[in-house]
Parts: sequence; C-alpha cells; structure tokens
Amino acid sequence: MPTLNTIAFLFSPFARRFMLLLSVCLALNACSPGESRVEQGNRLSEFHAANASEPQTLDPQIHTGVPENNIAMGLFEGLVSAHPEKLTPIPGMAERWEISDDGLTYRFYIRQNAKWSDGTPLTADDYHWSWMRVLDPQLGSEYAYMLFSIKNAEPYGTGKITDFDQVGVRVIDKHTLEVELENPTPYFLQLLNHHSLFAVPKHVLLQYGELTDRYSDWTRPGNMVSNGPFKLAEWKIYHYVKLEKNPHYWDADNVALNAIYFYPIENYSTEERMFRVGQVHKTFEIPLDKFPDYQKNHPELLRNNPYLGTYYYQFNLTRKPFDDIRVRKALALAIDREAIAQSVMYGVVDPGYTLTPPGVAGYNPPVLLNFDPEEAKRLLAEAGYPNGAGFPKVELLYNTNESHRKIAVAVQQMWNKYLNVNITLTNQEWKVYIDSRNRLQYDIARAGWIGDVQDPMNFLDLGLSSNGNNRSGYNRPEYDTYILNTIPRSKTQAERNANFYQAESMIMTDLPFVPIYTYKTKYLVHPSVKGLHTNYQDYYFWKYVSVGN
Amino acid sequence: MLRFFSIRLLQAIPVVFVVITVTFFLVRFAPGGPFDGEKQVEETVRKALEAQYNLDQPLISQYFSYLGDLAQGDLGPSFKYPGRSVNELVAAGLPITAELGLYAILVALALGGTAGVIAALKPNSAQDYIPMSTAMIGICMPTFLLGPILMLVFGIWLEWLPVSGWGDLPGDKILPSFTLGAAYAAYVARLSRGGMLEVLSQDYIRTARAKGLPEYIVVLKHGLRAGLLPVVSYLGPAFAGILSGSFVIETVFQIHGLGRLYIQAAFNRDYTLILGTTVFLAALIVLFNLLSDLLAAYLNPRLRAEVQSK
Repeated sequence: MPTLNTIAFLFSPFARRFMLLLSVCLALNACSPGESRVEQGNRLSEFHAANASEPQTLDPQIHTGVPENNIAMGLFEGLVSAHPEKLTPIPGMAERWEISDDGLTYRFYIRQNAKWSDGTPLTADDYHWSWMRVLDPQLGSEYAYMLFSIKNAEPYGTGKITDFDQVGVRVIDKHTLEVELENPTPYFLQLLNHHSLFAVPKHVLLQYGELTDRYSDWTRPGNMVSNGPFKLAEWKIYHYVKLEKNPHYWDADNVALNAIYFYPIENYSTEERMFRVGQVHKTFEIPLDKFPDYQKNHPELLRNNPYLGTYYYQFNLTRKPFDDIRVRKALALAIDREAIAQSVMYGVVDPGYTLTPPGVAGYNPPVLLNFDPEEAKRLLAEAGYPNGAGFPKVELLYNTNESHRKIAVAVQQMWNKYLNVNITLTNQEWKVYIDSRNRLQYDIARAGWIGDVQDPMNFLDLGLSSNGNNRSGYNRPEYDTYILNTIPRSKTQAERNANFYQAESMIMTDLPFVPIYTYKTKYLVHPSVKGLHTNYQDYYFWKYVSVGN
Repeated sequence: MLRFFSIRLLQAIPVVFVVITVTFFLVRFAPGGPFDGEKQVEETVRKALEAQYNLDQPLISQYFSYLGDLAQGDLGPSFKYPGRSVNELVAAGLPITAELGLYAILVALALGGTAGVIAALKPNSAQDYIPMSTAMIGICMPTFLLGPILMLVFGIWLEWLPVSGWGDLPGDKILPSFTLGAAYAAYVARLSRGGMLEVLSQDYIRTARAKGLPEYIVVLKHGLRAGLLPVVSYLGPAFAGILSGSFVIETVFQIHGLGRLYIQAAFNRDYTLILGTTVFLAALIVLFNLLSDLLAAYLNPRLRAEVQSK
C-alpha cells in the first residue's frame, strides 16, 4: 500500500499545484538554444566580448583598469592614435603634427571635421580643458602622472602651482594645439593614445557637475558623449555595456561593426565555457590548465602574444641577508626560468632575464642573468652560507592566486635543491599583500609590472629610490642620477638606448628585482572575427574589427 | 500578535546597530585601503581622494556621519565604482539574488518536501533509505562542485542549457536555481521526514485513518500541516542564508547578485559597500527570522495561543 500512497501523493492536488508553480517559474526562461549570440552577432555585425569585470566608471580620466580601457578604446580616440599592430603614432583627432627640432614643442592640427558624438565640434579648447581637469589634484585622477612630461604639469598636478596658464598647453586657434614639454620625451606621441589624455566633452560634463567632480551623471547612457568610433548605447549594470557606431566619428565610413557588447564575466572558466557554446566572440583570458589543450587542438582560436610586462621577485634590501648582493645574486642564479615557463606555466609565458621586456622601442636590454647553480653555490658560500648552512629563515610572499603559488613552490624547490636553502611560502589576500609590500614587511615578494607606454623608462624607473612602486628599499644615488638626469638629456634614440643599457646593467647587477618571466597574452577569438589586431600592449582598435563569414 | 511583533522588532534594533558598529570599525582595521593598488598613488592624489570620501576626518566623526546618513536611508557612495551609490548597487543586485533565492527555495521545497514525505511513509525501508541517502549526498556535496558538474552535463555535453548569466539567455536560470536549491532540498527532506514521522504516529492520524479517509488525504491534509512545521521555521533562516550565502553560486554562474557584490566589496576594501551590504543583509536576516516565527505561530495553534496571551 505505501507505494500506492506515494504515487497518490505525487498526483495529489498539493503536489501538482507545487510542481506547476515551479515549472511556470522556470519555464519563463525556457530552454530553446536556437541561434547563438555569436551567430546573431555575425548576422547583425555586432561583437560580443567577455570583459572581466563591471567597469568602475566610463570616465577615461578616472578609471584605471584594463576592462575599462577596452571600452574606452571604443568610446574615445586620442589626439594621436596608434598603428593597430606596431603601435607607432598615426593620425587620430589630429590629422598632422609638427615637432620642434629640440623635441620640446609639439603643434597639433585637429581635423576640421572632428566632432563629438552629439555633433558638437571638437576643438583644441576641449583638450586644454580636459588636461586641466585630469591634472587638477582635487579630481584625484590616479593616472595624472602620465601628463607629467608636459612643462609644469607636475607642479600643477601636485598642487605646487595653481595657475594652469603656466602649464605647457596652449590653444593657438580652434584647431591648433601647442604642447611644450619639460624634457624631450620620445614617447610623448604614444602617451596621447592613453586614456588619461583622451579629451572629455566639457560641454556635457559641466551640464552634470563641476570640473573636479570625480563622478557625476555624465557617463550615464543618454548623457554620455564621446569622440571615438563608437558611443555609449546602454549600460546595464552587471549585465553588459553596449556601444554603438558613432555616425559623427570622422572615419565612420570605415567602421565595420554596428555594436560592441562588453560582458563583465570574472571567472575565466565560465568565459571559456561561454566561448565554447558560442556566447562570446572573444574571451578576456583563458584558464591556465586549458591552455595546452587549445595549443594542441585549436591553435587557430588561441592568441598568445608578447605582452609588455615583467613578472619578478623582489628582495627587501633593508633586511638581512638580502642586504648582501652575493645572496641576491646566488638566489637569482639558482632559478631555472626555462623550467618555470615551460613546466609550471605550460609555455604560456617567456622566461624573463631582464627587467625591461625585450624589444621595447628598439631597445635590447643586457642579459646578465642565467641559470648557473654552481656559481650560485659559490656566491652563497662566499656570503657566509656554505651549502646553505646558517641561512636565516625567510619567507616568500605572494598574493593569493593559483599560478603565483605554483611558481613560488617551484622556486622554493629550486633553492632547496641547488642551494640547500629552505624558505617558507606565505600568501596574502591582494590588499594585505599590497600593504605588506608598501611597508616593507616582507623578505622576498612576488611582483609584476605592466608598462603603460613602450619605453624602457617605464620599467627602469622602478628602481628610483623616490618611486613609490620601488618597495624594495633599493637606493643607489648613481642609479637615481642616471634615470633622472642622464637619460632625459639624451640627444638621439640611439644614445638614449645606450643609456638605458647602462642603467639596466647597473640595476641588474645590484638585483633588487629578479625577473622570472615576461608576460604574454592568452585569450580565445572566434574564427569569424577579422581585424582584431595584436600588439605589445594588447590594445584593441575596434574600428578595424569586423565579424561574419 | 501586534505586541509580539513589535517586541521582536524592538529587539532587532540593537542587533542591527551592533552589526553596523562592529563592521564599521573592523573593516577599517583590515590592512590595505580602497585606494591601494599595484601602482602606488601620488600623495596629492591620495589626499584628494580621501578628502572626497571624508576619509581624512577622525574615525569617530566618520562613524557618526555614517550613522546620520544611514538614518536617512543613504548608504553612501561606492569607492570602487565612482558615480555609483551603494543604494544603487544593492538595488541592482537584490532582485537578482531574491529571484534566485525564491526559485532555489521552490526547488528545495518541491524536491526536499516530496522526498521527506515519501521517506516518512515507510520508515526504515528502501523507500526511506534511498531518498535520505540522496539527501545526505546533497548536504555533503558543496555547491561549487555540483554547479560545475551540472554545467558540464547540461551545458557542455548535452548543450541544453546556458552555463552562465541570469536573464540574458533563455533557460539560464534553471541550473543556478537547481544547484542552490539542491543543497537546501537536502535539509528540507530531513526536516520534513522527521516532522512527518512524528505526526504520522499521532492519535489524530489514527483517528483519521479509522474514519476510512483515503491515505493521501490523511497524509496531505492532516499530516502535512503539522509535519511541515519544522520546515516552515527553517524557511526564514534558509532564505536569509540563501540571500547572504549565494555568492558561490553567483560566482560559478556569473550572476551579479548581492552575494558576489558583498565578497568583492570586501576584497576591494570598498568600505561603504561592505557596510551597506552587511547592514542590509543583517536587517534582512532579522526580518526573515521574525517572519518565520510569525508564520510558525500562525500554523501552530499552541504557539498562537501563547503569542496572543502576551
């Protein structure tokens, strides 16, 4: 009988009502796979991009992250743009420019047909006002220092002077802007393609707030106006940001896509699954353990190109035994970078022997490091720790992350195997780790540096004693002089590169930082995508992108 | 009844207040601040940022001004998302989490309730052991394991259902609802089995059977009402738990609800957002506990009398 009762229960009015309610709720989102998002996108010329996280803001002078930059590259265009592959300067909002012989004065001629997405003309005054805004200390723009190569921009940006007329930015007429630099800066044209130097629409911002307002409603859909190939159409918080083609863009005829969707998908495994079922054209990253499979079976989907960044370990030079250069060198020589890149990182990255990644602005850094356990042993013995005897207990600090942990374990084993030195590993949550490094509360720490511009200075000034990003206690006056005085006075690029070579030789002999690998991009792109060029900074120039068969 | 309700409500106020105070000071003592990142921020910029968010004031005056704003229902601006207020972020996350929670509860009740009642009908038989051991697996299996397994089977192999999102694609709500509901279904199954077992041995059930009523009326009409009481009193805490604890599901399935907002706020040291979500969730938990007490009182005549006599 009980079995019959059970069946009776299942068909009872109560159970039926319940099941009905449940199925109605779920059926509202019933499953009908049909056309995938990618297929739909290819039909409508719309791009679907997985973009890591919900954008902090769309204000290019405020945001700091890569996902935000990916969107900004669609919304805005710099005064000078960049070649999508080589990243060399090409005309953007300015159709041409002149540089004075001393390399200090730049004159930009803005296009006659340069317009904001609401049809308002874009003029030299917009740049003047925008740079005044980004430099204003009250705004608190974290990237304001990107403009510090402009004359008097640093004193203005740090509040030492308050008169913007003293800053080297002058409006000659509606379409002519003149910029005076503090020192010749070969990468200045590159900087103009950085989001912190993009123009923001004064006429819109002032409608919704004041110059120093860090946030106002100007970036909301309906309000936001921009000058790039695309403009903001929708921003559904946590769902997507949708850009649509900007008809007022000067080169609108050559923009292929009608729209771009950016989805905030934080989990790499999830986006990889979404890619597999045709929900996105492009992922933001790819899980490390999925890499070998794609490399072997679907190399045509995989993008794995050099990326302007160095992964390194840093020593706390204010603590023993790392004040001894021989100890630092011994530890650096006992790391098998090839094994880390190939075995631990599945060949996703390149082994790193230099602080500046190779090939930045035609500069080839000195390679002073190699894998030499014998020499390492000798140096360690010389420093007073023969075969690791008496080596103090030290910790290797990294922020909580699976691949950082794997590398740390590998290095721990190498030091144990080759030097008989035992270290312990400590992981800390991101903000705690940053705090520990800032306060020099560590022995050895993992670090990474991604360049903002293709210039060795961007990496080598990490060793400046006054640089807040140094965080190693490295303080060598000769090095500071070299970076602050000698290099900026170089007359030619060749001389400049020779000086970089000298500086890098100095810091790579002192070894406050020990490079482990140089970064490479790793993400998936659907075969229907064309014109998504690859470059050293992983900038996406959306105007060249098209989808379809 | 009203008196009972108001007394409980008044008791809730100090609880929420303590939560606010403890959270406010605890997050400040956590190392690292909202503006710390890989790139060190210029000193002038840092000062300007701190001034914009009143962080340059003494902690105690920040505390009182926060309480002042809170009293007016203003949870403050988010640090991580300039231009977004905490109210706005919570408001954007809440409907998603609430909807997910609701479906999960429905799944839990449907699966768990059915399994529990079936098991109770013939205790210590296969009919009891099979659903109950399944429930035990459900309790033991963490959602971060069940989720990916379901994704793999239904999303990748069978390609029946989308594997992420919420309301973006047809059918994308099914897997997360089921995954989250499954864990709670297991508890519901055990609770309803226990409740039903106790009730079904009562005299009035025997009376009902003696009257010659069909078994399903005995079970559903007479048995279920009392037998599901433990489940009802579990529902309030369960729903509050789902609201505040669905972050695993929300992360696995890429759902931008409250749970994930909460976790990320903590990682970002987004002080106002941490506080805002904590206060909001604390208030919700208190409210749901209160509601489930009221519901239990309504369903259980003995308790009702007690409440009314107060």
